[in-house]
This record gives sequence, C-alpha cells and structure tokens, in this order.
Amino acid sequence: MTVKKNKNLELYIHTPFCVKKCDYCDFLSFPGDSRTQIQYIHALLQEIRFYGEKMGEYVVPTIYIGGGTPSWLDSEMITAVMEQVFSSFHVLPDAEVTLECNPGTVKADKLAAYRKAGINRLSIGLQSVHNEELKILGRIHTYEQFLKTYSLARDAGFSNLNVDLISGLPRQTLEIFMDTLQQVVRLKPEHVSCYTLIVEKGTPFYEKYKFDAVAQQAGIRTEILPNEDEMYRITKATQDILRNAGYEQYEISNFAKPGYACRHNIGYWTRENYLGLGLGAASLIENVRYSNTRELYEYMELCGKLQLLLPEAFAGEQDSAQPEGDFFGSNLHVSADIIGRKEQMEEFMFLGLRMNEGVKRDDFENNFGVPIEAVYLEVLEKLKRQEMIVMREGRIALTDRGMDLGNYVMAKFLF
Amino acid sequence: MSIDQSKIRNFCIIAHIDHGKSTLADRIIEKTGTLTSREMQAQVLDNMDLERERGITIKSQAVRIIYNAKDGQEYIFNLIDTPGHVDFNYEVSRSLAACDGAILVVDAAQGVEAQTLANVYLAMDHDLDVLPVINKIDLPSARPEEVAQEIEDVIGIEAMDAPRISAKTGLNIDEVLEQIVTRIPAPAGDPKAPLKALIFDALYDSYKGVIVFCRIKEGSVKVGTRIRMMATGAEDLVTEVGYFGAGQFIPCDELSAGMVGYIAASIKNVRDTRVGDTVTAVDRPCAEPLPGYKKVNPMVYCGMYPADSAKYPDLRDALEKLQINDASLQYEPETSLALGFGFRCGFLGLLHLEIIQERLEREFNLDLVTTAPGVIYKVHKTNGEVMDLTNPSNLPDPSEIEYMEEPFVSAEIMVTSEYVGAIMKLCQERRGIYISMDYIEATRAVIKYDLPLNEIIYDFFDALKSRSRGYASFDYEMKGYVRSELVKLDILINKEMVDALSFIVFKDGAYDRGRKMCEKLKKEIPRQLFEIPIQAAVNGKVIARETVKALRKDVLAKCYGGDISRKKKLLEKQKEGKKRMRQVGTVEVPQEAFMSVLKLDED
Repeated sequence: MTVKKNKNLELYIHTPFCVKKCDYCDFLSFPGDSRTQIQYIHALLQEIRFYGEKMGEYVVPTIYIGGGTPSWLDSEMITAVMEQVFSSFHVLPDAEVTLECNPGTVKADKLAAYRKAGINRLSIGLQSVHNEELKILGRIHTYEQFLKTYSLARDAGFSNLNVDLISGLPRQTLEIFMDTLQQVVRLKPEHVSCYTLIVEKGTPFYEKYKFDAVAQQAGIRTEILPNEDEMYRITKATQDILRNAGYEQYEISNFAKPGYACRHNIGYWTRENYLGLGLGAASLIENVRYSNTRELYEYMELCGKLQLLLPEAFAGEQDSAQPEGDFFGSNLHVSADIIGRKEQMEEFMFLGLRMNEGVKRDDFENNFGVPIEAVYLEVLEKLKRQEMIVMREGRIALTDRGMDLGNYVMAKFLF
Repeated sequence: MSIDQSKIRNFCIIAHIDHGKSTLADRIIEKTGTLTSREMQAQVLDNMDLERERGITIKSQAVRIIYNAKDGQEYIFNLIDTPGHVDFNYEVSRSLAACDGAILVVDAAQGVEAQTLANVYLAMDHDLDVLPVINKIDLPSARPEEVAQEIEDVIGIEAMDAPRISAKTGLNIDEVLEQIVTRIPAPAGDPKAPLKALIFDALYDSYKGVIVFCRIKEGSVKVGTRIRMMATGAEDLVTEVGYFGAGQFIPCDELSAGMVGYIAASIKNVRDTRVGDTVTAVDRPCAEPLPGYKKVNPMVYCGMYPADSAKYPDLRDALEKLQINDASLQYEPETSLALGFGFRCGFLGLLHLEIIQERLEREFNLDLVTTAPGVIYKVHKTNGEVMDLTNPSNLPDPSEIEYMEEPFVSAEIMVTSEYVGAIMKLCQERRGIYISMDYIEATRAVIKYDLPLNEIIYDFFDALKSRSRGYASFDYEMKGYVRSELVKLDILINKEMVDALSFIVFKDGAYDRGRKMCEKLKKEIPRQLFEIPIQAAVNGKVIARETVKALRKDVLAKCYGGDISRKKKLLEKQKEGKKRMRQVGTVEVPQEAFMSVLKLDED
C-alpha cells in the first residue's frame, strides 16, 4: 500500500438543523427536533469513524463545522463530534478549528465547552447591524443579541472571530451598509466576510424579489434591490473601510487582519483535499469530487450500515483492490466525478484567482507539467491588456477591476 | 391501350386558406378507395412535414383516382392540388392551366373571402368550369343558404345546387363526386398531334433524376421519345412515364392527350424543367409553346449565415439540396463583416423564406442568423446604369444615384364594414395609395390599395389580422416599380457600422425606424466592459442614439464552501452566453439582435 503520510485533508462537518430557515437561504438546512438531532449526530459519528479508518494516511490541518446552525445544537453533541474527530483522524496540533455560531444560540457555558472541545475559531453570522434588515432577512436574532454573543465569545477566550455580513439587501443604500461595516470594525473582529445577496430560486426571497433580481443582473433599473451602480459603490466602500481599518482583502469576499486569513477557505481555493462529512457534504479527494446524499433519512440509514463495511474492508490482504464503484465502499456518495486534467486547470485558475495573491506560475507548472502560458497564453495576454490581471513575482492575480468583474475573468479560463 | 378521353376529369380544388381544401381532397381520395382509411394519414396530399404542420400546401401534388359513377361507368379523376398562398401565385396559375375544371370550396360560416375571389378569377382566366361546394355545414355557425346566395351574388356562378358538405365528417362527399362527372368537362386535344405537354411541377429523385409533372395537351409521349423543354432548350430521352397513385409513381406505357402524369428523362437539374414550360418531341415538335410561361423571380431577399461559421459548407450543401426541388430559391455567396460567410438568398415571398429557413434548421440541423428581409430596389445611377439592389450594403454612394424605384403591389383586402376604418388606417401607415372601395354586400367591402412590397413583407398580414380581429382577408399581385424617396439606414455599434443591420427605408420613415432600432438593440446587447453607443445614421448623419452603459460589477461574492460545482455551473452559463455572441469590432452582439429588426412593431 502506498503511504501518503503527511498529505493534508481538510474536514468539513455539516449539521443541517436550524431554528428557522432564513428567507434568503438556499443551503441544505431545516428545523429538527432533538430526537432527530441525536439520531443525526449518531450517524455522523459513525461516518467520521468510518472515514477515519479509511483515510489514516492523511493529516488534518483545518476543521470547519457549518450548517445549518451548529451552535443551536447541545454542546454535548459538538463535543462528541470533536472527540470522534480527534480519535479518528490525525489532527495537527496547530489546526484551525472553526464553528459557525448564530447570535442568541450560545451562553457562556456552551462557549466554554467549545473551547474545551478544541474549537479555536468562531464564525458569527451577523449579516446586518440594523434590526429592520435582520427582520427582512428572516433572521431570528437582533443586533443586541449579537453584541452579547460577541462579548461572551471574547470572554470565553476566543481570539479568532469572524463576522459574516451580507450587502445588497432590499432597499439598502450605501449609507446603510457603511453603518453596518463601521460598527463591526469598531468591535475589531480578526476576520470579516462580506457576501453580496444572491436571490436564489426556491427561496422566499426569490418569490418576493425575482423581477428585481433579473433586472439587477441585466443592469437595468431595479425597484427594491440596489442597482448595479449602487452595488459597485458598496463594494468599493467596503474595500476602503476595511483596508483602512487594517484588514487585508485576501479573497473576493473575505477580509482579515494579518495572520488571520481563514486557512480552511484557502484550502478550497487552492484545491487541497477536503472531506465533507454529514448530510449533503461535498468532498474533493485526489481529484475526485464526491457528494453525500441530501436525503436525511437515507443518510442516517446508510451511516448505520458503515460499521458492517469496515471489518470486511480491512479483512484479508491490505493491498486488495478497491471495492467497485465507490472508492470508499460506502453508499453515502450520490455522485463521484473524476476531475480530468483540463477541469483541474480550470479550477486551479478560477478558484485560485479568487484570492488576492492569485495563483503561482510554479504551482501550475508543478501540477500540470506545462508552463501556464502553454495553455492560457492568449487569455492571459487579453486580460492583461484589459487590466483585469497583473503578473508579478511569479504570480498572476486580479486587479481591482478584475475583482469587480470576476465572473468575466474566470469564465475566460474555462475550456 | 387507349383511354377514352370522355372518361377523364382533370380538376383542382381552390379555396381561401382554411376553408377545407386539403380535407376535401383527402375525403375524395378516401371515398374512391385509392387509399383505405387505415392507410390515410390526414391530408395525404401535403407531403412535407412542414406542410402538414402549417396546414398549407407548398408544392403542387397530383393524384389519380378511379371513380365508379352512378351511370355505371368508370371515370379517371386527376386531382391536382395547388399551393395555397400568394407567394406561390405563379405555381397556382400553372396548376390551373393543367385542369379543365375547379372545385371551389367555400366555408359555410365565413362565406366568400379575398382569396376565394382571387382564385375564382384565376380559374376563370384559364377557362375552367367552376363547381362550387359549401363546406363545414356541421359548424354551429354555418349558414349554407346565405353563402350559396353570396356565391351567386358576389362571384356570379350558379350555386343553388352546390353540394352542402362536411369534408371533416365525410357528409355528402358522394354528391361532389357525381358533380365532378356531370359538371366538369372531359379534356379535349388530339392524341395524334405533335406532343405538347404543360409542366406544372417537378421534383428530384435520386434514382430517376428530375421527374416532370405534366398535363398532356396534345399528342402522346412514351419511353424512348426524345423530348425538349421549349423554354430552356434542354433535351433528353424519356426513361419512364406514368401516373400518380396516392403517394407513389405508377409507370404506364404511354401518356396521351388529356392525361395527367409524369415523365422521367434522366434530367439532372431541376432548373432545366421550369414550371409552365412546354414539353415537346424533338423529332416532331409542336409549332408553338403553350401560353403563359414566365420565369419566376424572387421578390424577397435576405442574408442567411450559419451561427457557427464553421458550418458554412454545410449551409451551402443544404441550400443546394433544397434548390434541386425548388427552382424559385436562389442564393449566392456573400460576406458580412459582422456575420462572416453566408448567402444572399432570394425567395418568392416571406412565407417562402420562412419555409426555407425552417427546413434548413429542421432537416439540416443548422443554426442560422438571418438578416432583415428586403425587396429588390432599382437604382438608377447618374451614369445611366440601372442596378438591381438586393443587398443594402451594395447601395452606391448617394452622389452616384439619380433616383431609386421600389416594387409596388396591388392589394385587395376584403373586410367587414366595422373594420374598414382600421384597415384603411393601416394601409395609409404603410404608405398605401388608395384605389377603390366596393361594397359586395351590405356589410362587406373590398378595399383596393397599391402598397410598397417593402411595407408588407414583414408583418402586414399579422397587423391586418389583429386590427380586424381576424376578419380581414388579403391577396396581392405585383404591380411594378414606382419611383420613391429611399435612403439606407445604417446602424453603428460602438462607432462601427454593422453591415448586416443596414436596410433601405422610405426617407420620411427613417427617423422613426432608426430610433426604434436603437432602442431595440439597447435591450438586446448586454452590458460589456465599456460604454457602447448605438447609433442610427443616414448618409453618415446620426439621426438617433442610445447607450449601453458599461458593466461595473459582476462577481460571485457568495460562499458556497466546498460546493465548487455550483460555482462552475454559473461560470459555464456565462461562457455559454458568450458563445451565442457575434463579435462586432470589440463588442459582443447576441445573434438575436440581427433578427430583432423584424420585430420593431411588436412593442
């Protein structure tokens, strides 16, 4: 058996439960009673154990527990998950371990339990400091509840906090969002994520604002959602305020104080191996992309059977051929797509360029065995002429203009 | 073997569109047992899928039917189906010339319409005996007695004993068959005279070569006869003669005067066999060709380009194949700066254009970009030359033009009195010249206008229907060329003239058209990295302008975590959109924009 010691494997752990789904949210989340939650965590533990056995040759540099609202669950559940992770995987001592946390769902004892469980970073979903906006979004908390949660987190000893914000809300103006930003900056979180609202099909927001959403994309006059020009001003002002406050924009929607960029996210942009655990979670392992079933009961049932697979998989000779079909022998994956060389190049570019520092030419060459110009010369020349990208110190990165028009630039790298 | 001429009936069915011509043809074929009902597919004569879908006949068809009449005799019916649209008027007239009588189908609810009249006059011009039939008597709104009276009053033919039928249910079809025997005359013509046959259609068969559909007027023809097409001069040896079964060719020994059938003579090119031409024998030619032949010329032109420029050779092959069966389709290669390599194609009318376009897309799987259709203008140059202008891009410099002429048609519109005002307004708007108005009944009028062809090729028919709630009917024929004040309207996108968007327009309408074009294009062209001015200009002078603002922000600032495939799908969608764009200078223009000029009156 080939030893892949020291190969990195990021872990993403999904908990789908929420008190109430927000009106703009199209992630895999839903409410769930405590019995279902317990059953789910039980299944999740089995999945962690199973993959821990299967992927012993990897080391884990980052863990991210997202949702849903993981902080809504009893802290014992999170503790159990973390204990299982530590016992099943080789987690590096300096690993970044993030948990998504919603205001109003945690008290001091819960936060202390997280610390004890090994969580060292919290990502707090604030979205806006204006309670009217929080109401429009269908959030269940107020700004005041956020402030409370934030200070409790500091008190509990969390020295790496992220605050999530959303711009482009209905009837939002530049001034309203600037107010949100300035108040947040005063709290000095280590990390700020600024996403722009995307009105997704299937959400209550879509039903309410679909005509505007189309108009916004087409660059024509909108009624309720901010128009493209207003969004442009908001983006520019966001960059100004956060840069002046000492944050570096290391990715299109992420800002951090030096040394606090989210390593887990960077792993996504640099195409590290990552293993998604939990309902509907996606994985990328050695250029195969998997995703778990999105059906809750199917997921729990399949996890229950994983145990049976283990002894069989490890009986007999260690070098035995992989089970047919799924690399892992589980039936959790509803899809397993092999990412071909060309697709790898596409992803390398459009993910890498999301980061401020862009992509390294050497990395491209090491990965694919050819210089980047051999593949993308024409595109690179054109984008350079259009001042969308710059090349410096062996790197290719977006300019400010390139970042504003990221979709245009990134689509150019698709074959 | 000889067939008694007195037992032959050659006839066609004429009707206004939708009055039930093809359905009646089907019933006649079915009743006479040429096909069993099981073999019947509705409307057997309309062969092409497209014909069946659109419910119109595009090419002429013929079928031979055996009928056992009540007098105990066996008759041979040759039913010749005629195209049902003004675009194909000439083909209609040639089909009529091959007949001795015509069944006139009139809808029992709608009564006499514009095309009913036009078709009857055409039939009378060819000395055909007209047998009226009142159809659709099963409709609740049917008023057969009134309609019979109307036929007598308006057309002036005996209609009181006209069969009242329902072609749909098959009611009273026997009566029609009997009247064909009694009221339509048997053919005349001397079988011993030199060969004289009228071509009323032709099609290409890959085994037999060109198959000529003809009516033998005089003499006879058989395998081995050396024949000559009198207008084109093409000569060949006959390899097969025969008549038309339903949907198949049935060879026979000889075709003689009075008969309708086909001749195959290993002719390679349909262009050698023009509809209306006379076929004669080389060793014993007739003295004079049959009257009425003319070479049909396209009336409407447009540019057709493959959406994917690599498909240019495919488009050429496809046009070639279509032309084999459709001599009135013309095409020649042209290039456009905006659209690349394509063809300037000539058509009999807009319907013909649409049919060809649809067949290219459907049968040959081609994705096309079509430029705005235009007519042929006559440009009188200062040096005395007269040029036929089919492509606006070729218009000479204004300093070289003395004056221009545009084609006019004489139009007859039949409409109920309440819509007379609306229809006259429409005709005025389309630069029509009022000729006359006659009430054919208390509530219905025939309005005659001379209209520029240019004004009716796009959407006149639709406008007519919508302004009369579907009650107006319309027919036209070419009148000739009239001097007119015309200018070329150019469109500039980002200061670059886009040849494929230029068109010729009446001077006084230029500003209005230009403004609408700019507005339309503004909607069609997506925002790009820079501001794009869209201008309309006449003789280099800008008369209208719109601006597509520059794109400033377009980025996916949403966290999908590890779900990369979603991100990629969005980018792919963006890229897919780009593929359907044409590069005009530095601007990406969607292909739809080139056709948007056609739909200016929609909003």
